[in-house]
Amino acid sequence: MKDRDNRPGGAMGMTRRGLMMGGAALTAALFAPKGLRAQDFPTSVVNTTGLAVTDTTATVGILHSVSGTMSISETGSVQAEKLAIAQINAMGGVLGRQIDFIQEDGASDWPTFAEKARKLLVSDKVPAVMGCWTSASRKAVLPVFEQHNGFLYYPTFYEGLEQSPNVIYTGQEATQQIIAGLDWVAREKGAKSFYLLGSDYIWPRTSNKIARKHIEDKLGLEVLGEEYYPLGHTQFNSVINKIKLRKPDVIYAIVVGGSNVAFYKQLNAAGIDLTKEKPLLLTISVTEDEIDGIGGENIVGAYACMKYFQSLDNPNNLAFVKAFKEMWGADVVIGDVTQAAYLGPWLWKAAVERAGSFDVDKVRAASPGIELTTAPEGYVKVHENHHLWSKTRVGRARPDGQYDVVFETADLVEPDPFPAGYQ
Amino acid sequence: MFDGYTATELGAIFAMQGFAGLILFSVYVLMALGLAIIFGQMGVINMAHGEFMILGAYVTWMTSQVFGTYLPGLYDIYFFVALILAFLASGALGMATEWLLIRHLYKRPLDTLLATWGLSLILQQVYRSTFGQREVGVSLPDWMMGSLPLTDMIEVPINGLLVMTLTLIIALTVGAMMYRSGWGLKVRAVVLNRPMAGAVGIDTERTDRMTFGVGCGIAGIAGAAFTMIGSTGPTAGQLYIVDTFLVVVFGGAASLLGTIASAFSISQVQSFLEFFLSGSMAKVLTLLAVVGILMLRPQGLFSVKVRK
Repeated sequence: MKDRDNRPGGAMGMTRRGLMMGGAALTAALFAPKGLRAQDFPTSVVNTTGLAVTDTTATVGILHSVSGTMSISETGSVQAEKLAIAQINAMGGVLGRQIDFIQEDGASDWPTFAEKARKLLVSDKVPAVMGCWTSASRKAVLPVFEQHNGFLYYPTFYEGLEQSPNVIYTGQEATQQIIAGLDWVAREKGAKSFYLLGSDYIWPRTSNKIARKHIEDKLGLEVLGEEYYPLGHTQFNSVINKIKLRKPDVIYAIVVGGSNVAFYKQLNAAGIDLTKEKPLLLTISVTEDEIDGIGGENIVGAYACMKYFQSLDNPNNLAFVKAFKEMWGADVVIGDVTQAAYLGPWLWKAAVERAGSFDVDKVRAASPGIELTTAPEGYVKVHENHHLWSKTRVGRARPDGQYDVVFETADLVEPDPFPAGYQ
Repeated sequence: MFDGYTATELGAIFAMQGFAGLILFSVYVLMALGLAIIFGQMGVINMAHGEFMILGAYVTWMTSQVFGTYLPGLYDIYFFVALILAFLASGALGMATEWLLIRHLYKRPLDTLLATWGLSLILQQVYRSTFGQREVGVSLPDWMMGSLPLTDMIEVPINGLLVMTLTLIIALTVGAMMYRSGWGLKVRAVVLNRPMAGAVGIDTERTDRMTFGVGCGIAGIAGAAFTMIGSTGPTAGQLYIVDTFLVVVFGGAASLLGTIASAFSISQVQSFLEFFLSGSMAKVLTLLAVVGILMLRPQGLFSVKVRK
């Protein structure tokens, strides 16, 4: 076990040879460091579609914004993906081949994402791309991936309502992030009334729609208000007054980006002390990354519903956090999406080795059922619908910008991108 | 929406809402004043105004780091030092910009728009490379956080009070400088008739540089003040630029009084609508109203009558 703990994200849950059967720890210790040998998998066999795979390397794409507005959020994902690739290479690569990567910058601009995706697929012929962050960028590259039969690992929690044969969604779709959290706050905190608030675009609106259906129809509780502010809005005093007037038990906040900072600072300045839980604040849009900018003292006491927190206390995560800090500096923070991005290369490696091929069609066919026992969030599994089975967790913000995990679902939550009854 | 509330509750809410409107008013005035000076007095459309603001915010952040590390005893007052440093930093950058870039483009006003937009992109990338892509959290001394409970129900945010006070001081200072000082006299003379002002011995280039510097310096102060209510990141300046232009154009480009009147009317309409409608609808209706009024009065609320 000790060996495995020292090697972050060490063993893959399942390979083509079914190495899992011998027990994860043993497998990791005996087989993983050596990896598979490339000569056992001739390039002519594992690459029949002319991909960028040679006898020694397999070149994947990384497509995120490292300039422009979204670089704030996407930097963590790039770092996580590079860490995963470095770790996979250190233990022998994929089918005996080292992973090389070509990184392209989406520049926070959706047409640029589509253009770069086309370049990666058509000119570079990469067998897989780790990339995109916002739904808008994913929607922009989707036709490109479907036309050229690419394979995208998309890390962000998002609104659902999508299931492409060319995408593996390593983040949560909306119901995985929302429902367990609402159930928890109703059950444990006795919440009866909610005020829904969000930035004005598709993800908060779809999420709040699901939240409202769940609150009203499934829980039989009350929604006192629901409203949206333009992206980048910086003045929240009016809505804070409205919240004071309506006195909801829970503020359900899906405010994003720069607005986030303004919202929590003004909430604090208006005398709403979140640690008193009157009202309690539950958010699905603030990870450790965002708290960096908001300032821990402004959001202490708020609850966030995620699948991953940096403070998770399990051997996988301790090793992951340690490796991440060694590679990217001691003061980096790791949010939910960063962890989901880290899963991408690992899931791809597992699928490729299960398929015994880099060909996209075979990797796609091999993907459902792939398991990772070494994910920092714990055990995850790829569903038939290309999303992950994951646990939902609730964390409470500490003044130092980290979360204390106060609740996690007993079982993995099934992904349901087209939830019946919530549309 | 007011069923079941007592008169005192409603009174308290309206008092707080009125105060929210005043805070919004102060924020608008503070962010628009610098632009109004530059746009109104010099006719330069400074698209990099938001980035000059964010420079002030970053200076505040650095000051807080320095005080936190070396002068923790004086941490409570670091903010005032930061305001001055922010003014100096943004002002100096503004004067350098005027000297290197703007003065070559006075005869091509549309090109200044492009040039300053390019400058804003460059500055964003400079901030990103220097301070990192993520937002920095500017921590404030304890006394600046939280709220003052006036009655059981009415609570006034302290940072709002500070922004209002600061706005008042800056507005009065700018007013005094423009209308009571020799510099202001020169600025107004140059605005009214540049060749004549030059002919009577005013150094118009120097006046321009000073005006641009002061405008940018005020943007820096605004940025420092907004660390209390908003975010500080490489692109945070973009959050303010649209509202800033809206206020200045609506007020009438050449009039500081117009800027203040316009900030007041827009902020009051917006905060009133936000309370009764949702946030996005309030914004839409405010913009529609502004567009409508500008169609009837293209010169804005106030305009200076000049013989061209």
